[in-house]
Amino acid sequence: MKFGVVVFPGSNCDHDAFSAVSLNAGYSAQYLWHKDSQIPSDIDAIILPGGFSYGDYLRCGAIARFSPIMKEVVNFADRGGYVIGICNGFQILTESGLLPGVLLRNNSMKFICKDVFLKVENNTSAFTNKLIKGDILRIPVAHGEGNYFAEDDIIQELEDNNRVIFRYASPEGNVDDSTNLNGSINNIAGIINKNGNVLGMMPHPERYSDEILGCNDGINIFHSLANYLK
Amino acid sequence: MIDNSKNLYSEIEVTVETAKELGLTENEYKMLCKNIGRTPTYTELGVYSVMWSEHCSYKNSIKLLKTLPRSGGRLLVEAGEENAGLVDIGNGYAICFKIESHNHPSAIEPFQGAATGVGGILRDIFTMGARPIAALNSLRFGELDNPRTKFLLNGVVEGISHYGNCFGVPTVGGEIYFDKCYHDNPLVNAMAVGIVKTDKTASAASKGKGNPVMIIGSSTGRDGIHGASLLASREFDEQTENMRPTVQVGDPFAEKLLLEATLELIEAGVIVGIQDMGAAGISCSTSEMSGRTGHGMIVNLDKVPLREKTMSAYEIMLSESQERMLAVIEKGKEQIAIDICHKWDVPCTEIGEVTDDGLLHIFRNNQKVVELNAEDLVLGGGAPQYDRESKEPEYLKETRNFNLEEIRIQKPMEGDFWEILKSPTIASKRWIFEQYDSQVRTNTVTIKGDAAIVRLKEIPGKAIALTTDCNSKYTYLDPYKGGMIAVAEAARNVVCTGAVPVAITNCLNFGNPYDPEVYWQFKEAIRGMGDACRALDTPVTGGNVSFHNESQKHAVYPTPTIGMLGIIDDLNLTMSMNFKSEEDEIFLIGNNREELGGSEYVKHYAEKVSGLAPEINMDEEMRLQKTILALIQSKTINSAHDISEGGLAICLAEKAISSDNLGCMIQIDDINVGKLFGESQSRVVVSCSPAKFGELVNTCSANNVPVQKIGDVQKEIFEIENYIKTDINSIKIKYNNAIADIMKEK
Repeated sequence: MKFGVVVFPGSNCDHDAFSAVSLNAGYSAQYLWHKDSQIPSDIDAIILPGGFSYGDYLRCGAIARFSPIMKEVVNFADRGGYVIGICNGFQILTESGLLPGVLLRNNSMKFICKDVFLKVENNTSAFTNKLIKGDILRIPVAHGEGNYFAEDDIIQELEDNNRVIFRYASPEGNVDDSTNLNGSINNIAGIINKNGNVLGMMPHPERYSDEILGCNDGINIFHSLANYLK
Repeated sequence: MIDNSKNLYSEIEVTVETAKELGLTENEYKMLCKNIGRTPTYTELGVYSVMWSEHCSYKNSIKLLKTLPRSGGRLLVEAGEENAGLVDIGNGYAICFKIESHNHPSAIEPFQGAATGVGGILRDIFTMGARPIAALNSLRFGELDNPRTKFLLNGVVEGISHYGNCFGVPTVGGEIYFDKCYHDNPLVNAMAVGIVKTDKTASAASKGKGNPVMIIGSSTGRDGIHGASLLASREFDEQTENMRPTVQVGDPFAEKLLLEATLELIEAGVIVGIQDMGAAGISCSTSEMSGRTGHGMIVNLDKVPLREKTMSAYEIMLSESQERMLAVIEKGKEQIAIDICHKWDVPCTEIGEVTDDGLLHIFRNNQKVVELNAEDLVLGGGAPQYDRESKEPEYLKETRNFNLEEIRIQKPMEGDFWEILKSPTIASKRWIFEQYDSQVRTNTVTIKGDAAIVRLKEIPGKAIALTTDCNSKYTYLDPYKGGMIAVAEAARNVVCTGAVPVAITNCLNFGNPYDPEVYWQFKEAIRGMGDACRALDTPVTGGNVSFHNESQKHAVYPTPTIGMLGIIDDLNLTMSMNFKSEEDEIFLIGNNREELGGSEYVKHYAEKVSGLAPEINMDEEMRLQKTILALIQSKTINSAHDISEGGLAICLAEKAISSDNLGCMIQIDDINVGKLFGESQSRVVVSCSPAKFGELVNTCSANNVPVQKIGDVQKEIFEIENYIKTDINSIKIKYNNAIADIMKEK
């Protein structure tokens, strides 16, 4: 199992994702440079890490989608390759059309960094097969624009097809307005694409992949994918 | 007159009046004319004015700073030699750290002022070759119910959040105090911490005749001109608002790229010397880098990438545009440097070369505009150094005689507890710290304790503990003791997490040094810090002095902020403040002297900062810290939290708030205000299982430290017998929401 971690100018969770999948989860990993126009053939899955690609100027992820590597990431995904976009990575996925919808500014209009509780809504996906449906994961968020929005018909399609993977919930698993930290429709924290090979999520599983940091609820997302691709 | 044999060009004719307009005194002007043996050009005068400003020259502080312990122990460079301190932590690595103020810019443009404060301190770290791994900040504002304070707090927090989050450094700690003395002049002190291999550090010294000089990073614009000399080196008055153009504008994305390019340049071995450009821009970097080694430089300003083509030599030399570095590259390795910068899309341009004549030769439009001896300009070289007059302040007569005895013996009212708990200085800073990314780089073990714990991926199992500290109410009442307490408490904070304190950085925020009363405060605070640092063997690695923190009405309280570094050799032996088990008993370690001077209680109750600052005895403090470390390392105790603002009552409340539904049942004989809210130093509250009671008592008595049982841990309830009984949730809600609620009020 080999992960490719894309480095855009302004990525700042690239090292974290790299060490989570390699040091903590025990898989191979390799950085992919934003100016590259080729993805090595031995890469099994690609991570678009968090950060502020190109300074997030103009709009989060809006410039990154035009980088040479993204053209290849889109091809990779179209061929069925597995892609995880975390935080800024999720924003880049929506900007590049690999996932529907858009991430608006948090309804508090402030950056939020804190632990949140995620309810696992679908454990049949490539990214969640090592989890239990209804499980509550403690994983941190750190974003200013994580408020998921899409047209009603898209939301309907996501819900009808079990494509909402994670929702913001209480530690007990209640999903309601009081647990919706940024205004996302239906408390959506993570979704997959139609073919199930692209995951976008605002919370940072790579941050809680090491017991020494107090929690490793995030690591099973990487293990799930490795298990699926075995 | 300008010496025509040198063919120097001056935009205008310089007189003593011009010098005064730029903030130099008449004497300083005479001194510099004598140095160069002629009248300076306008650009030369500009360079002198910024280099001899308070901000760059430390002219009114350096003599006293030199009395602080500044070397020895684990220090790899002496304070002041490089851009930041460097502490050997073993295993071939060093921690690089420093704290710096950005008070004046933040007062007139809070967002950019705070943002560029963060940016500036981060550059100081990575210019040494270290990768920033943590940031902290120490902030002070006026009372929070004031609209201006809300505006400033909002702007400052957003500025820090914007810059630090985008750059990708976790903001892991700090402190915030609110007091009306900071209303006109808030304090924004930013600290950054980095890690570097000891054999991969970079120096800020230029050498090697003929080596090319490059400017790396952003282009140079008209922002920040005279930020150091005119804005940071004077008090606030009606004119200050007009000085907004002297505040720089930050671009964290540019800085992130500059970081990666700089570290790669250093790793590649092409760098001879490198210094970031902050205060005084190209003037400061060229003169300091050259002055350190007696070298010189030829610089052609026409080659500097400019935002506006028409900028004069004067403007280019004084611009404080952000995200720039000056680097001396080893001759022959230019192309490697250019390729690395190109990879990161960071502009780099050769603008000159190193000479061996000790002179700065600066050209613009084919005319020579500067020919100055570099060493004459810099601190430690020719920059002036003054002894200032000092005089014990008048106000101390009143504060010392303020009688607290009547208040001390009163039976406390329950309402006082709630008022103090939700006062912004005490209440949870969640509204603030949740706007900072505290976890990026996945090293943050905790931000919740007395100090933050950051693990080092480079050295598995090892970590550092970080905190900033200063209770300026104590320094106001007694700068000597207050300075000591600031150091002692910072050390106590890191000790409570299981770390050994090793070194400090300090940011000294004071009023106008030409006021003898302010200078007395400064002198006394330094004496206190020095004594504490010597006792604890935590030398000063560097830092910054910020004078002129005053408005027309009054100066801020003397605020010597301490940034403390502690080392944790074994991550399995750390400590946190929360209660762990309802079986545990609660102990107070240390002497309870019931001192109320300068306490939150007196500020709340009498609306005064008055009385005597708490006693501090460094021998007692050291014995306490030794005891706590021994108790943590032997796994005798299950929690530890030092007693500070708000005294024992608030300390216990904070322990309960941080716990998972565990509170306490406390018994105190003859309960009174002094016992509950007194702020005596050198005290820590711990909890431990009854089985470990013997070990606890033995360790304390072996170190001659008093220990007494004060109660038991219990579920859900927070109770101090004969005083307060409440459920933990009520406390949590009041404590957690206090600041957010005030910010919501119009």
